[in-house]
Amino acid sequence: MMRRWPFTTDHRAIAIAYLLLSLFAVAVGTVLSVFMRIHIIAPNLKLPFWGVVPPEGYLALVTMHGTLMVFFVLTTAPVNGLASLVLPAQIGARRMALPLLNAAGFWLTTLSLIVLLSAFFVPGGAPISGWTNYPPLSAIAAAGPGQATGMDLWLVSIGIFCLASILSSINLLTTIISKRCSGMTLMRMPLTIWAWLVTAILIVFAFSILLAAVVMLLSDRHFATSFFVPPGEVIDGALVALHANGSPMLWLHLFWFFGHPEVYIAILPAMGLTSSLLANFTRRPVFGYGFMVTTTVAIGLLGLMVWGHHMFVSGMNPYAGTAFALTTMAIAVPSSAKVLGWLAMLWRGRDSRVHPLPTPMLFTLGFLSFFITGGLTGPILAQPVLDAYLHNTYFVVAHFHLIMAMAGMFSLFAAIYYWFPLMTGRLMSEAMGKWHFWLSLIGAYGTFFPMHFAGLAGLPRHYAQLTGSTSTLGSLLPLQTGITHSALFLATAQLLFLINIVWSTLRGQPAGSNPWRATTMEWSPVEKGCMVVYGPYEYRFDGNSEDFVPQRVLETEQE
Amino acid sequence: MPATFTRTPAEIDRKDTGIGGKPPVDRRPTGGGGGDDNWDNHPQGRRGPRELLTRYRLGLFFGLAGDLMFFIALVSAFFVRQNAGHFDLRDNYVSDWHPLAIPPILWINTAVLLLSSLSIEMARQHLFHEVDVMEEWLGLGRPAVRRASPWLIATTVLGSLFLLGQWIAWQQLSSQGLNFTTTQNSHFFYLITAVHGIHLILGILALMIALCALFLLRRVEMRQIVVDCTAWYWHTMGIFWIFLFVLLTCFQ
Repeated sequence: MMRRWPFTTDHRAIAIAYLLLSLFAVAVGTVLSVFMRIHIIAPNLKLPFWGVVPPEGYLALVTMHGTLMVFFVLTTAPVNGLASLVLPAQIGARRMALPLLNAAGFWLTTLSLIVLLSAFFVPGGAPISGWTNYPPLSAIAAAGPGQATGMDLWLVSIGIFCLASILSSINLLTTIISKRCSGMTLMRMPLTIWAWLVTAILIVFAFSILLAAVVMLLSDRHFATSFFVPPGEVIDGALVALHANGSPMLWLHLFWFFGHPEVYIAILPAMGLTSSLLANFTRRPVFGYGFMVTTTVAIGLLGLMVWGHHMFVSGMNPYAGTAFALTTMAIAVPSSAKVLGWLAMLWRGRDSRVHPLPTPMLFTLGFLSFFITGGLTGPILAQPVLDAYLHNTYFVVAHFHLIMAMAGMFSLFAAIYYWFPLMTGRLMSEAMGKWHFWLSLIGAYGTFFPMHFAGLAGLPRHYAQLTGSTSTLGSLLPLQTGITHSALFLATAQLLFLINIVWSTLRGQPAGSNPWRATTMEWSPVEKGCMVVYGPYEYRFDGNSEDFVPQRVLETEQE
Repeated sequence: MPATFTRTPAEIDRKDTGIGGKPPVDRRPTGGGGGDDNWDNHPQGRRGPRELLTRYRLGLFFGLAGDLMFFIALVSAFFVRQNAGHFDLRDNYVSDWHPLAIPPILWINTAVLLLSSLSIEMARQHLFHEVDVMEEWLGLGRPAVRRASPWLIATTVLGSLFLLGQWIAWQQLSSQGLNFTTTQNSHFFYLITAVHGIHLILGILALMIALCALFLLRRVEMRQIVVDCTAWYWHTMGIFWIFLFVLLTCFQ
């Protein structure tokens, strides 16, 4: 029996729904960020839907922007969206192992997004304590507008999101382990599958921890326990006597034990995709397949051990800080090893590459560029001594927007341009795609690179206004003005992407069955059984005759 | 249009049982027929009756792994708070952690929960009893269902008794003046028992669903899967409780 939308459990329909959900979230998040940028340089300007933004309104914008982007874009789209689209086909399965769970995950994610956005419309508005929501500010309703109902809605939304992500990951893990077709051994899996495998394990671990933290914080807020709230809190001159001897540090540990793996949850699928696409478009095998697998697993494991580097200035034991600095620098090793592998692939494929470079390849190169630029500031921030100065400045904002936000988004764009034919049967317009890439690249560097200098000059994050009693921050206003214009440019350039999606869905060039001449199995139909005898990236298989050997061989051909 | 886009839909009617037409028992067919008896060589989806069961168990296992992390987070918070004392100006160690005397009824509750694990294991075993399963598969009555359902009912009763016992333990504590909000320690006692209790309520719901499923589901192996997954979930909650009980009793 075919179940019709919205009760479908067809993984491709769910994938498209996930991606549309993320598109909506990224649009809202981008509008919020544009509001923030405008507010910084023109605090008294009336903004649409908002009027003149008060300082706490600016913090609400920050919080909601971060939450939307981290959870509903960078977690939802690369893991659940893209995996639902191609994961079963890439391992030679016709459907997910637990399709109902997949659908349940999507609907819970949708519910979570609705709950989150409803925080804008309750009295007090959206929460204002940032996407990390440190107590005691997040634990006491009187701490600010938005910290009452808005904060509750945020916590409930994230609780639902945790459940949704865990359910979806259970499905992904079970599918990868039990639904591979014959011959698809672990070491013949495409690197995207390896990335999703490690990511799903991280999600099950990290989001369970976040769920526990959310439960405890809700209990602090509503049952007057004191897991996270220290005694003697004074708010607005009034002592909050409800709480005894809790520790905000406990929340920091629990949150960042989730929060740091979260970064790798967002970026590991991008890494797997980059390896695949570089192989596809340089027409050469992946450089060191086993090595790429090892580094993926190593990044996943080490990613669970570095959370403390977000807490160097929190009053944590300095010895612990040193240990976390060491593990953080250790994780730079597999990450740079991957980058060197990709550069080697580019070098080796300089003659055989596809000419001219198609849009997905351009965006992959963009990912590589941002990953290196943002990655170089990582070891700087990993030093407790340097972090003591740079913590909570625009330097950190620049770092994570380049390595996580821009790298993640560019890889997501690469994936959409690359797999668009699987969703619509048509290719996206190359001309518009190239304009989109170059304008976005210029806009992104123009927006986030100067933030390094603002941070080095000591400009703190989360400041709603730069003009005020001192002139120190006011002198950075010209720099901020430039950044804002660049951000507006970057946001406008994304309209090209929206136009391209609509136009290509209706009028795009029909793609044919394997437009990129790729080896992996999402490009070949699975009717009955299938049999895999080759590795995933057999380009230039025997040197000359065939350009590439698809991973999939029909069983009838085998016998 | 690419073939990938127009191919057969993901949801198709399954005309066969999906298990290669074999009864859902452990024993593999031997001799005769000349077929390939090694199910691992068969295409995926035809590797015998255990394939689907293994898949659901795998999913359950990952879910429980996440659940384990959830409890680990609570337990580590417990230890962090326990050791969060400090030295005051006169070098006295100050800690607001006051050990909590566990209500003795928890020992009875633990015994009840262990018994319930035993009873659900009996139900599980009955559903995998080869002779009965063969009879059911051939359509000769439902002996496995008939034998398993009383044990499932017993488990439901024992589980509810456990929850009742936990409730009584809370009543006893609060009559001593120890409520959720009273001390650091009572925060954790109530939180941990409540969260575990919610897991058991979900377990009892699963038991009831399994009980209905025994009579409603047409396919023998689906009945096995429902009861098997419920049983493993229940066992795991039992094991979690043992650890939490030891934590609450011995590590005050």
